Amino acid sequence: MINFTEVMETNTMIEKENLDVRTITLGISLLDCIESDLKALCQKIYDKITHTARELVSTGQAIEKEFGIPVVNKRISVTPIALIGSAACKSAGDFVEIAKTLDAAAKAVNVNFIGGYSALVCKGMTAADKLLIESVPQALATTDRVCSSFNVGSTKTGINMDAVRILGKIVKKTAEYTKENDSLGCAKLVIFCNAPDDNPFMAGAFHGVTEADAVINVGVSGPGVVKKALESVRGADFETLCETIKKTAFKITRVGQLVAKEASKRLGIPFGIVDLSLAPTPAVGDSVAEILQEIGLEYPGAPGTTAALALLNDQVKKGGVMASSYVGGLSGAFIPVSEDQGMIDAVQANCLTIEKLEAMTCVCSVGLDMIAIPGDISDSSIAGLIADEMAIGMINQKTTAVRIIPVIGKRVGDIVEFGGLLGYAPVMPVNAFSCEAFISRGGRIPAPIHSFKN
Amino acid sequence: MNKTIITVVGKDQVGIIAKVCTYLAENDVNILDISQTIVSGYFNMMMIVDTNNAKKEFGEISGELEVLGKEIGVIIKAQREDIFDMMHRI
Repeated sequence: MINFTEVMETNTMIEKENLDVRTITLGISLLDCIESDLKALCQKIYDKITHTARELVSTGQAIEKEFGIPVVNKRISVTPIALIGSAACKSAGDFVEIAKTLDAAAKAVNVNFIGGYSALVCKGMTAADKLLIESVPQALATTDRVCSSFNVGSTKTGINMDAVRILGKIVKKTAEYTKENDSLGCAKLVIFCNAPDDNPFMAGAFHGVTEADAVINVGVSGPGVVKKALESVRGADFETLCETIKKTAFKITRVGQLVAKEASKRLGIPFGIVDLSLAPTPAVGDSVAEILQEIGLEYPGAPGTTAALALLNDQVKKGGVMASSYVGGLSGAFIPVSEDQGMIDAVQANCLTIEKLEAMTCVCSVGLDMIAIPGDISDSSIAGLIADEMAIGMINQKTTAVRIIPVIGKRVGDIVEFGGLLGYAPVMPVNAFSCEAFISRGGRIPAPIHSFKN
Repeated sequence: MNKTIITVVGKDQVGIIAKVCTYLAENDVNILDISQTIVSGYFNMMMIVDTNNAKKEFGEISGELEVLGKEIGVIIKAQREDIFDMMHRI
């Protein structure tokens, strides 16, 4: 039988160490909505989303109440819209209409984000893919809750450098379209290599075409719990350190598994995966950077940071894998800048640079995330940053992503406020030398040699 | 059987257990186990209860217990046992 110490341990994690379930994300396939008439298509999309997700938020709240664990976000991901709109959309403006429909549906069922305004273009782009990409600045400027993502490379296909070049422009244009709000549109735009089909975390979530009609994916969190556990093993050797992270990750993930199964049962929708990521928020004590500091770094960015993050990421996976029957999504440690107070402090102390963050993305679960850069950066430099990150993902057979915000009108050292879970960020310098000639070559980078396993 | 864990934490005073138990009895919640200690003046109690025969919904009971806690000046939480089982038992 459960004893008092165990109950208090769980409740301390929840009350004092910010343990929560970060998101229940309902993936919805829109493949059966495809229509050649735009108006009919939008109506079908709206109906399917609002019908399938009608009880998502109330179920999340009931689970929250009964188990005493906060379920912070309830969200929806849908099939990449470039596929769904390909028969109906004749212009970028047509795609914007779908974005508005998604936004309205998200508001109707009261979820805070809806992901899937996406295209999978890792090898080539269809006419619809191109139109959707072109529509992104307008779509993100005219909606509140729609998130957009693109898969522009994979280990199997190589990198679509044409898409990378165009998206460099689109990121900048999105920043300009939303410049009144510190270019916030770019916080809802992610560019991936090896994008997972079942990621529950925004802004990169979409419902892959290989998925069932509807599926429940859950993202757990809890960097504060790991940090607290590590406080008790200060000065101990690496074996003790790793064991402590692993055990804590196991406990955190078990909660995610419980919530996922329960949500699936109550909604009558199959359980997909648990994403066992350490996802920070700007709240004090909810930081991945603080874990790295507890491991022994003065600030993230100091020599040893990549090694510390590598072991953290690996132990989180090892602990989490046994705790859940299906693990998926991104699963690892997130290292966004604006959403993590410790990372912000490290940037302001001049300890953390974009180059070091890039190195860290080789061993963490995502990529360059929520980084504010000067708004006068060239399109090709943005494309260059994307290409570098995609190459890391392609060669290392892992997911990498870029979510950078060129803030129009801001310079290095200025502070940008995004608000809420998105936090705030100091504008970071980017290497000013040109990669224009490289980016403008056009075409694809071939798949790496180790992808040929057949 | 769905078991529920009720925890009561706060400054010690006369009648905490009596008030909580009275509420539970009035609402047909059966107490299966109680453990309680005082740590440096602070009252800590854990109850394992069975809410299957209760007429009220779980959310209502946990909400009312929370309010009762505020009246007494302690924090009362009711949670399904599963969350603790999942975390601490393989």
